[in-house]
Amino acid sequence: MVEQALELEPMEQLPDAGGHFGIFGGRFVSETLMPALEELDAAWRHYLKDPDFLAEMDRDLAHFVGRPSPLYLAENLTRQLGGARIVLKREDLNHTGAHKINNTVGQGLLARAMGKRRVIAETGAGQHGVASATIAARLGMECVVYMGAEDVRRQSVNVYRMKLLGAKVVAVESGSRTLKDALNEAMRDWVTNVDDTFYILGTVAGPHPYPAMVRDFNAIVGREARAQMLTEYGRLPDALVACVGGGSNAIGLFHPFIDDTDVAMYGVEAAGRGLSGLEHAASLCAGRVGVLHGSRTYLLDDDSGQIRHTHSVSAGLDYPGVGPEHAWLKDSGRARYVGISDAEAMEAFHALTRTEGIMPALESAHAIAYGMKLAAELPKDQIVLVNLSGRGDKDINTVAEVEGIEF
Amino acid sequence: MNRIDRRFAELKRAGRVALVPYVTAGHPQPQSTVPVLHAAVAAGADLVEIGMPFSDVMADGPVIQNAHERALAQGTGLEQVLDMVRDFRHEDADTPVILMGYANPIERRGAARFSAEAAEAGVDGLLIVDCPADEADELKAQLAGQGIHQIFLVAPTTTERRLDHAARLAGGFVYYVSIKGVTGAASLDVDALAPMIEKVRGHIDLPVAVGFGIREPAQAAAVAAVADAVVIGSALVDRLDQCATVEEAVAASRDFLAPVREAMDNSVPIHAEQAVRTT
Repeated sequence: MVEQALELEPMEQLPDAGGHFGIFGGRFVSETLMPALEELDAAWRHYLKDPDFLAEMDRDLAHFVGRPSPLYLAENLTRQLGGARIVLKREDLNHTGAHKINNTVGQGLLARAMGKRRVIAETGAGQHGVASATIAARLGMECVVYMGAEDVRRQSVNVYRMKLLGAKVVAVESGSRTLKDALNEAMRDWVTNVDDTFYILGTVAGPHPYPAMVRDFNAIVGREARAQMLTEYGRLPDALVACVGGGSNAIGLFHPFIDDTDVAMYGVEAAGRGLSGLEHAASLCAGRVGVLHGSRTYLLDDDSGQIRHTHSVSAGLDYPGVGPEHAWLKDSGRARYVGISDAEAMEAFHALTRTEGIMPALESAHAIAYGMKLAAELPKDQIVLVNLSGRGDKDINTVAEVEGIEF
Repeated sequence: MNRIDRRFAELKRAGRVALVPYVTAGHPQPQSTVPVLHAAVAAGADLVEIGMPFSDVMADGPVIQNAHERALAQGTGLEQVLDMVRDFRHEDADTPVILMGYANPIERRGAARFSAEAAEAGVDGLLIVDCPADEADELKAQLAGQGIHQIFLVAPTTTERRLDHAARLAGGFVYYVSIKGVTGAASLDVDALAPMIEKVRGHIDLPVAVGFGIREPAQAAAVAAVADAVVIGSALVDRLDQCATVEEAVAASRDFLAPVREAMDNSVPIHAEQAVRTT
């Protein structure tokens, strides 16, 4: 419940020096990676206070990414639902079409500052891979992107975009051949090439400092949205809604509002074909606490602790873990986490496309779907702010396939 | 007394370096694991290391990764691993058994329950790859309560501060990762090893085992000249992977390890200063 949030410690103090958010987070990695993580942690802390570094990042975010992204009042959708006003934070209008570029600009500049000449990344939907390849092209760095073989098939357009940008895309054939396996492979590359390689992790998961660092690079979303709400609407929203796979766009939006305890927060997970079965990717709604990819967090596993295969129509949410800060926000009660099914996300995809002329990414369509449900239940004087984290062009093949359409 | 401590004390008296083979439990077949371990001991293994299959072996290369996937596909989980240790103990009450794996299966079982079951089964040491000293306090306490040593990895990049931290928690022996990278990725640089091991010994008063990247008898012999134990994993697992029957797996284990043992026994111990001079 939101009221419990009053008892929270100020978020600025989290994580602790070891990367812990309460019992969550930390650094559960092989000893071979620890010095690299400590080096990265020190560099991140240093450059986050370096005025020249911050000025360059701000310049890139303005002129390369196109920030600030606008708030958009979805009047048609609001009228149709008859409840609270729905306002969209338009991260889909960023260069490369999603919030992911906020983080890769930050990590790319950090990689250069640390003297690394090669960057690697994992990707699910391909958005983070494209955003990493983009910053690597801009900074003149070698770039290798690991992508599950199943995702390479589902997201062929993004694979081609990465190649056009000069990146090498490696299809990962192990395990479930999706995002989690791509992350394993990227870690293996990093531990082998740690001297000259910077690992641009794409979400708020992984070992410390990634959850905190990626949050800080994405928090521009929430800072802007908060200021824009005050300027344009004279008040803060009543609720924030964002989709959660690893959770980077959601943390980016939530973080600057954490101490605004009147603002409710809803993270929307992929309920796939239903939370009662196994075909979903909702680790916060239906998982339990364990250790995956370097941190203690909620995850989806079987009774012997093996990580389960997950399912979502959206490749970007198809991940069995979640960032440790979300796990902490869930247990503390400050944020609530809900599930949206494949079918509901598809409906929302069409609804937003037809009523507003905005085609959302299937990931973001999960947030739109829950935002629509929530707005319909709330009075007209309230405002629901939904993070439209990415645009849907990349997903039209998936949408067509689901609906049995052949080109 | 823990079997690991007893075994290293015996080896020290005998002037012998330990050979420590690693196999993934349930690979290539569930029924081959225990016979393969007995064959390894007969061929000169002093301790055995058993991999607990996991779905996401982030620190392992393709060979071990494939072994874990095959083992899981044939139904080998933590429960089955503990059964294999019990089975092994029916015939071998002395050889130390070290389980090696990843944190989540232990988390799921619960550190307290796992530690009690592992001790009852006859486990002597536990190495959790993704549980560095920084995150080990809780598990360490449970293991210590059952007389099981927690083994820690140290790497060429491990700082002196981290060595001291590991020294406070480590028991049995310390496992020196000889290369940067995943298991089986590359061959180790033997010349660089001696000064690194001396550095580790300066901080941790335990036997030093060296692993990752040791593939053949000559390398094992070179490592044996400077270390207290030689761990061989991927090269053995790679051979086992070809075996279609228990008999083949037993033969492969014996035929691979016997020459390694022989080469190690013919190796002459050297001190770090000499090694530095010869490089």
